[in-house]
Amino acid sequence: MAIEAAPDLESGSRPAASLVLRGLAVGPVGPLDLDVSAGEIVCLSGPSGAGKSRLLRAIADLDPHQGEVGLGDAGQQQMPGHRWRAQVMMLPAESQWWFDTVGEHFPAAPIDGLAALGLDAAAGGWEVARLSSGEKQRLALLRLLARRPQALLLDEPCANLDRKATGWVEALLRSRVRDARLPTLWVSHDPDQIARVADRHLCFDGGRLVVAR
Amino acid sequence: MNLIELSWWQLALAAALVLALAVATHLARLGVGRSLLVAALRTTVQLALVGFVLEALFSAATLGWVALMATVMLALAGREVIARQKRPLKGLWAPALGTLSMFVSAFAVTVLTLTVIVGPTPWYEPQYAIPLLGMMLGNTMTGVALGLDRLTDSVWRQRAVIESRLMLGERWQQAVGDARRDAIRSGMIPIINAMAAAGVVSLPGMMTGQILSGTAPALAVKYQILIMFTITAGTGFGTLAAVIAASRRLFDQRERLRLDRLAPPNA
Repeated sequence: MAIEAAPDLESGSRPAASLVLRGLAVGPVGPLDLDVSAGEIVCLSGPSGAGKSRLLRAIADLDPHQGEVGLGDAGQQQMPGHRWRAQVMMLPAESQWWFDTVGEHFPAAPIDGLAALGLDAAAGGWEVARLSSGEKQRLALLRLLARRPQALLLDEPCANLDRKATGWVEALLRSRVRDARLPTLWVSHDPDQIARVADRHLCFDGGRLVVAR
Repeated sequence: MNLIELSWWQLALAAALVLALAVATHLARLGVGRSLLVAALRTTVQLALVGFVLEALFSAATLGWVALMATVMLALAGREVIARQKRPLKGLWAPALGTLSMFVSAFAVTVLTLTVIVGPTPWYEPQYAIPLLGMMLGNTMTGVALGLDRLTDSVWRQRAVIESRLMLGERWQQAVGDARRDAIRSGMIPIINAMAAAGVVSLPGMMTGQILSGTAPALAVKYQILIMFTITAGTGFGTLAAVIAASRRLFDQRERLRLDRLAPPNA
C-alpha cells in the first residue's frame, strides 16, 4: 500500500491528510461543503439545537446521512464503519466509562499526557465511580488521543472544566493537532476560547455554515 | 399402570379450597380475589380444551395432525415472546427472530430426541412428541424472551456507552459485547438453576407425574434427566441464536447503533 509506505512518525501510521465534506446533509443541517486542512483547527459555534453535534456524528458516520466525507484519498463509505471511526474520532460532550478502572479504557499503559492535563500519574488505577466530571472529561480526551486518530471531532471538550484545566486541554490539543497535523473540528460556545485556538471560525446559520465575523 | 380415577366432584373439592382462598383474600382486602377466580377458571377451561385436543390427536396420530399441532404451539410461543418484551424490534423482525430461533432449537432438539434417543414408532407418536415439544417450547420461550428483553432493554439504557465505544473505533460486536453476554446469561440462568435444584429443592413436574401414574421411580428419573438435558440444549441454543441475531439487527451496514429499529415500550 502506497499510503503506508511513508509513515509519519508523529501520527503513527499515515501522513497527514485533510478532512473533506461534500454535500453532507443530516436532518436540518446542510448540505455542506467544507475542507479542513491537515493541522487546522476549525471552530464551530451556534445556538443549541442548530445541529453541531449531529454534524460531528454524521462525519463520524454514527448517524445515517447524505453526501460524502473523505480523509485524504480515503472515502468514508469505502471502509468498514469501525475503521473509519478509528481514524476520524469523535469526542462526545459527555464521556462514558464502562470498565471499573480508568486504565482498562486505554489501549496500553502507561497513560500518555496525564501530567500535561494536571492529572496524577497514578490515574490509571483510579476507580471510574470516583472521578469528578472534570477528571472524566480530561481522561476521555487522553483515552481518545491514545488511539492515535487521524482527524479530531471535538464536541465541547472543555465544557466541564475550570479556567486552569481549560488552559491545559487547549495547550495539549493545539500541540497534538500541530505535531500530528490532524484536521480538527472543534465545537465551542466560548468566544475567548475560539479566539485562542481557532484557525477558522464557522457559525451555524439556519443549517448552513458561515464564516463568523 | 394403576392410576386412581379422578372424578369431577373430587376436583370440585379442590375448587372449593380456591374459593375459600378467594373469600379470605376478599375479606383481607388484598384485591386479588377477582383475578384469582378468573385465573382458576382459565386453568379449568384451557386445560379441558387441551385435553379434548390431545384425545383427538392421540386417536388420529398422523404426521400431518401432529405437525399442525406443533405449528400452532410454536406460533403461540412466538406471540408470547413478543408480549414479554418491553421494546421489541420493529416490524416482522421480533416475531421472525423469536419464532425462528425457537423453531431451530426446540424443534431440532425434539426431533433429535424422538428419532435418536427415545425412538417410539412411529417417531412422531403424539403421546411422546407433543409433551416433549411442549416442555421444550415452554422453556425455550422463556429463555428467548428473557434474553431478547434483556438485550434490547440494556442496549437502550447503555446507548451512550455503546456509541462512545463505536466513536473510539471499536467494532459493533465489541461495543455491544457486554449487553449481549448479559442477555445470553439471563436467558440461560433459569434452566441452569432448575438443573441445580432438581431433586433437592424441587421434584420436577414431569417426574412427579410419571411416578403418580405408576412408573417406576428409576425410569421416571431417567426420563427427567433426559428432559432436563434436552431442555437445556434447546434453551441455550435458542437464546444464543435469538440474542446474536437481534444484536446484529441493532446495527446497520455501517456499524451504527440503530435504536430506531426498536418499537416504543408497549406498556
